[in-house]
Amino acid sequence: MKIALFATCIVDAMYPRTARATVAILERLGHEVVFPSGQACCGQMHVNSGYFKEALPVVANHVKAFDTEDYDVAVAPSGSCVASVKHQHEMVARRCGDAALEARAAVVGAKTYELSQLLTDVLGVTDAAEQLGSHFPHKVTYHPSCHGMRLLKLGDRQLDLLKSVGGIEMVELPEAEQCCGFGGTFSMKNADVSSAMMADKAANICGTGAELCAGGDASCLMHIGGGLSRQGSGVGTMHFAEILASTLENPATVPGNVQLAGSKR
Amino acid sequence: MSNTFLGMPTLPVFGHGNLNATEKFPKAAHRELGDAQLRANLGHATHTIRDKRLKVVAELPDWEDMRDAGSAIKNATMARLPALLEQFEANFTARGGIIHWARDAQEANEIVTGLIRATGETEVVKVKSMATQEIGLNEYLEEQGIAAFETDLAELIVQLDHDKPSHILVPAIHKNRRQIREIFLREMADVDPALTDEPARLAEAARKHLRKKFLTAKVAVSGANFGLADTGTLTVVESEGNGRMCLTLPETLITVMGIEKLLPSFADLEVFMQLLPRSSTGERMNPYTSLWTGVTPGDGPQNVHLVLLDNGRSAALADEMGRTALNCIRCSACMNVCPVYERTGGHAYGSTYPGPIGAILSPLLTGIKSEENSSLPYASSLCGACYDACPVKINIPEILVHLRGEDVDSKRAKIKVPSQMDLMMKGAQWAFSDGAHLNLLEKGLPLGKLAAGRDKVIKKLPGIAAGWTQSRDIPAPPTQSFRQWWDKEHVAPAAVERSQDGSRNTEGEQA
Ligand code: SF4
Repeated sequence: MKIALFATCIVDAMYPRTARATVAILERLGHEVVFPSGQACCGQMHVNSGYFKEALPVVANHVKAFDTEDYDVAVAPSGSCVASVKHQHEMVARRCGDAALEARAAVVGAKTYELSQLLTDVLGVTDAAEQLGSHFPHKVTYHPSCHGMRLLKLGDRQLDLLKSVGGIEMVELPEAEQCCGFGGTFSMKNADVSSAMMADKAANICGTGAELCAGGDASCLMHIGGGLSRQGSGVGTMHFAEILASTLENPATVPGNVQLAGSKR
Repeated sequence: MSNTFLGMPTLPVFGHGNLNATEKFPKAAHRELGDAQLRANLGHATHTIRDKRLKVVAELPDWEDMRDAGSAIKNATMARLPALLEQFEANFTARGGIIHWARDAQEANEIVTGLIRATGETEVVKVKSMATQEIGLNEYLEEQGIAAFETDLAELIVQLDHDKPSHILVPAIHKNRRQIREIFLREMADVDPALTDEPARLAEAARKHLRKKFLTAKVAVSGANFGLADTGTLTVVESEGNGRMCLTLPETLITVMGIEKLLPSFADLEVFMQLLPRSSTGERMNPYTSLWTGVTPGDGPQNVHLVLLDNGRSAALADEMGRTALNCIRCSACMNVCPVYERTGGHAYGSTYPGPIGAILSPLLTGIKSEENSSLPYASSLCGACYDACPVKINIPEILVHLRGEDVDSKRAKIKVPSQMDLMMKGAQWAFSDGAHLNLLEKGLPLGKLAAGRDKVIKKLPGIAAGWTQSRDIPAPPTQSFRQWWDKEHVAPAAVERSQDGSRNTEGEQA
């Protein structure tokens, strides 16, 4: 299968390792990965902040980059960005009165998958140790991000994949479904409430005794990791793609503090 | 349409009363967050109701279908609200009830006062009602020399404490029983001084305090949960029995109901009597449901009035994206699951309607123009828990985003100097609307490493981003973006390697 990678702006710029891990997993399964070079961002930050006018060219750029027949499916290692592509792009186009863009956005949205969704529903991965050679001998807890859980209805897909990794010890996170408090510009506009939510999430994570917290959204992980780091907890965060990409031969390093992945950058 | 026609009211007509935030949400939230007792009380209470709701909802295999039905009935109601209101009026009037139309809070308060005055009474008993909270009826009546006694236990606690409700179903949710005992001892003239803080003893004290009022009151004021258009029936759903007393004992009954509370037919109640109790109190059925249709000679109030309240509802109805907020049946499920409400409590929202529904309803009813009100749609991380919980499937996150758009546009038109946020969004638009632009920006990533310093984290950012670094670090950015890595390492060599073994191993670079 020919798979177009949507790296998302934050992964591209801040956590390239997550995108590289995504490529590694898909290629290990024998698929061809392409990277539409015109891509930049899904525009979620603009939309969620009410800047529809500014969102339009961002949405148009994404649609242009992915509006080609030359791949079978598109994938992104981010629930919230996929939710934006699937649920917001048409709305932005409609609101700005661009019917042609709206129609093209619908086509792109229908072809776009979140990584665990693609692995589970399309590529039939149920056992990461067996099918991907995933090995990660660490104690890990897992936070399901809101947009993946509620907008994409990912259910336990990410968690089930993690549980099937060789050597891993998964521990349950209390109040896992509570929002971590990131919410894009919410973390700036309502910094106090956001911090209070993050503090509760961090306390729950530390209470599990896990070495790190895994998740499927770089932005939430940056938020949680940033809090854990400020508290000097020594507990890190990591994208589930990097755990899946880790093997016995090439193990991923366990991050501490705010780093999302291995210490070498 | 131009609004310069002489003699026409300016549209839309927005609501007034206890609906406006009086300070910006972040400021109010900051203050409330500092109250450790409040946070403990709220955390405990919301978690208890939340768990109860999940349990009883899980009992019904057709819960999702029921939500769809509730949502469909409400959408159909809003689509022909004027006709249904007229049908309701005809049926209610035919059964001996009297209808009054109130455009806003002021008109409604004046009508109710006039009706009470006509009876010659100066005291009324009250059934818990959001509509009368919204219009500030108790305060208005007090100014007119009429005393209104709340009979719902939680409402009574708040009234005795001269406080404001902070939750639409459990108005005293922010108080624990130790605090309630103190309020009773301080404010109830006839209280037993040996009162303990056992819930049963507290309820008993309230019951004794209220009994006299129930037996002597000649006038009652209530709200209504539903109005049924095809029969002209009103409904109040409650759990203490105080409502039943108020609705049956007095001679005059005055009800204030928002025009959106209609259901087309009596049969529709079937759906809502399942949705409401389970969503609000986590019960399969509430203990008391009272229905009345006009006047029954010799039985119950012989003077039955209904004030139909607009107060901004027509304006909300005119907002195509926002109008589903009027489908709200005031169950409070959304606030019980909201992580923001859980930490700030209801007072931070300023309005009678707090939590997620308040964050959309208050600006929809009153307009988004005031600085304070316009901060409400941002009081959410858009986590979506409210949408999942809402029994009538109001897509609150989507309406929040819509209202943020309205706010941004209205500020754009008003203020000529762009804000920090405007500039940030403008900059991001440039970076994010072209892969080449983002690439150019990413070439500067190594500079971020310098800003980060020795421990590889950024601890302080200026301007609007300062909020982030007050409690969170930011990782030092990598020296190379993904796209730079892809261009350099992947594209060219991949073509070569793929021709050899069909796939490529990138794990080597992982470690
Ligand atoms: S918005 Fe929905 S969940 Fe919230 S109070 Fe109204 S009906 Fe209940």
